[in-house]
Amino acid sequence: MHFIHKYGSPNYFYQWSGTWLKILSALTLILMALGLYWALIISPPDYQQSETVRIMYIHVPSAWMSMFTYVVMASAGVVAMIWRIKVAEIVVAQSAIIGASFTLLALVTGMLWGKPMWGAYWVWDARLTSELVLLFLYVGVLAIYSAYEDPRTGAKAASILAIVGVINIPIIHYSVEWWNTLHQGPTVTKFDSPSAPLSMLTPLFIMFFAFKTYFFALLFARTRNALLSRERHTSWVQEILEK
Amino acid sequence: MTPKRKQRMIFVIVLVVGFGAATALALFAFQSNLLYFYSPSQIEAGEVATDQMFRLGGLVVEGSVARHADGVTTSFDLTDTADSITVSYTGLLPDLFREGQGIVAQGKINTDGVFIAQEVLAKHDENYMPPELAEALQAAGGSHPESIPKTQ
Repeated sequence: MHFIHKYGSPNYFYQWSGTWLKILSALTLILMALGLYWALIISPPDYQQSETVRIMYIHVPSAWMSMFTYVVMASAGVVAMIWRIKVAEIVVAQSAIIGASFTLLALVTGMLWGKPMWGAYWVWDARLTSELVLLFLYVGVLAIYSAYEDPRTGAKAASILAIVGVINIPIIHYSVEWWNTLHQGPTVTKFDSPSAPLSMLTPLFIMFFAFKTYFFALLFARTRNALLSRERHTSWVQEILEK
Repeated sequence: MTPKRKQRMIFVIVLVVGFGAATALALFAFQSNLLYFYSPSQIEAGEVATDQMFRLGGLVVEGSVARHADGVTTSFDLTDTADSITVSYTGLLPDLFREGQGIVAQGKINTDGVFIAQEVLAKHDENYMPPELAEALQAAGGSHPESIPKTQ
């Protein structure tokens, strides 16, 4: 478990994440531009939903990322709980903010799609309700984190909620299969025969990778900033400031 | 791994397993409350208390949609391919409403066995395709595109 201490040392983290931040930012720019152009202009309309289908290219990646971010946050929570790594504690708080934003984006785009397609902005089915619970979990983690004077104590308490809440992730994913829901079942993860043509799946996957690189770029940028501010009195930050 | 860390790791594992088991039991206990709608077969089998409001879900039977003389009332049959129930609804139907489409209606069964809906929502399925392909499929198969399970 030596690598956890190595990559998690504030000084070394700041160095290696700097390189990755540049690569990820460049990738995000390219993928986002290509993905949005393909999704909003090149890809065909749907036979039933016509142009409304384009909401999917934002909605589905944000919904996937809302769950992925939670897993990242909970994993950082485990590292923070067991190894007490400072960087992991900061990652918990920063991914909570980003995750809450992805969740909100998924909920809002879903509502905008639901009104014209289903006939209602919101229904209390298992998928929509469990995704709303996810938003509350993120907000709860943030609230606990900032409720303590000492950020390290706050991180410990917030990590516990982050870890416990991971149970919600399989519930969200399988809600459409376990219970009758108004929300449709999976389209893409039926890998043997996805129920969408390549002309729609290609822009969706580009958007998915764009969201993923965007997430990591944002996470690194935010964590680096928080780390500098938290460690501002240490010698390695002073050295960076002098350069 | 130091004993202190081992202890914390056990704490984390116990935490996750404990909450996981508690959640699983709770969800299992509320199983029927978590269903967003019931199917016509579940109604026929008497699984639902039909003297109160509930949601009914199914596919609109081809050729069963009838508009009433008042112009705003529509009646149609909902099926889950095993059983079917006639639904009557007064009001605007969602854009996606059509024969063969999945529908969720909220309302009550009257004494004639007709489901009087107060709200009708369209359930979109997981199939996506461009209109040209849907037309081609329809021309080739002569059936509604939704009844074709696979798209290329």
